[in-house]
Amino acid sequence: MSSLITIGIAEMQVSQPPSAFVTYALGSCVGICLYDPVCKIGALGHILLPTFPRENPNEKLNRYADTCIPEMVSTMERMGCLRSRITAKIAGGAKMFNVADDSAFGNIGARNVEAVKNALQKLQVRIIAEDTGLNYGRTVYFYTENGEMVVKSCAKGVKTL
Amino acid sequence: MPIKDFSQLSDMHIDVLREIGNIGAGNAATSLAKLLDRQVDMKTPVVRIMDIGDVDKAMGGPETPMVAILVEVLGDIHGIMMFVVGQQFTANLLHFLLGDEPVDCMNLTEMQSSALSEIGNIMIGAYVSAISSLAGLNIGISVPAVTADMIGSLLTVPAAEMGSVSDKIIFVEDDFRNEEGIITANMMLIPTIDSLDTLMNGLGITL
Repeated sequence: MSSLITIGIAEMQVSQPPSAFVTYALGSCVGICLYDPVCKIGALGHILLPTFPRENPNEKLNRYADTCIPEMVSTMERMGCLRSRITAKIAGGAKMFNVADDSAFGNIGARNVEAVKNALQKLQVRIIAEDTGLNYGRTVYFYTENGEMVVKSCAKGVKTL
Repeated sequence: MPIKDFSQLSDMHIDVLREIGNIGAGNAATSLAKLLDRQVDMKTPVVRIMDIGDVDKAMGGPETPMVAILVEVLGDIHGIMMFVVGQQFTANLLHFLLGDEPVDCMNLTEMQSSALSEIGNIMIGAYVSAISSLAGLNIGISVPAVTADMIGSLLTVPAAEMGSVSDKIIFVEDDFRNEEGIITANMMLIPTIDSLDTLMNGLGITL
């Protein structure tokens, strides 16, 4: 039996087989799955916002794309993963509500996806699959056995990436 | 002294917010009862100050499908109001308003969406106008947006929109009941931290 690790909002964990991860109901949040296929070590992070607020240094690092992702990569490296082997699969960043009077409202999803991509690019981690944007919530399962990311939604059923 | 942090809120402030929820939701319940021509009751409102990370644990599991009608609160105070309705109650409401066409909450027709948007508009409008006359503030709302999805993914929206300055979020939450006593809907007021000051000042409460 594999154990299923639940990752909440602003949480991140690194693990290896037989563990699998789940993070429920990503809306505008983004789930980031990092994987080293040789070590079979995977990490899942669930970020809420794009940029760490420098004026509040006591904030949780894992809440923000630009601080959570470097933390994920360095933890994996400490466990023996090689940066050049780590690949990323990402999901989430939806625009859940379409507020007619305010076009800026709800752009947080798109800004999250952009921040995640920037952070990964800075660390030279390749994105090999993504299921982002649009207007529906997603639950993400991530298997450290094979690096598979399974995305479940009310709107689109189940997708394996 | 302006509120910078939710830990500064005293029991009295929480009581005031609970009373705001009581009056606002009372008005909203009356307008829903008129619309449906049947009795709508409500429970005493709950004021919750939650970690952003916990919002998806509220209201059943994070994957429970729910329908949410969201408006932006504009004017003297800013924030979000959400009217969250379970699938069964949504179907009941739509049957009542539109007749017996089939309702699939996860695939609402345009007509069904706009009927729900109108219900949200009436109820949230009633709630907001009660607060605005009580506090002597000018408060408006945007056109409602209706979304049906996993509750966790809906609740992270106010968390992300309001949570950028703090790791806590404040909910003033009201449960509505029908005659059978089943909780079927939930009204949430989620003000920004600055708006709490304005609201308290408007009500003559010193901080």
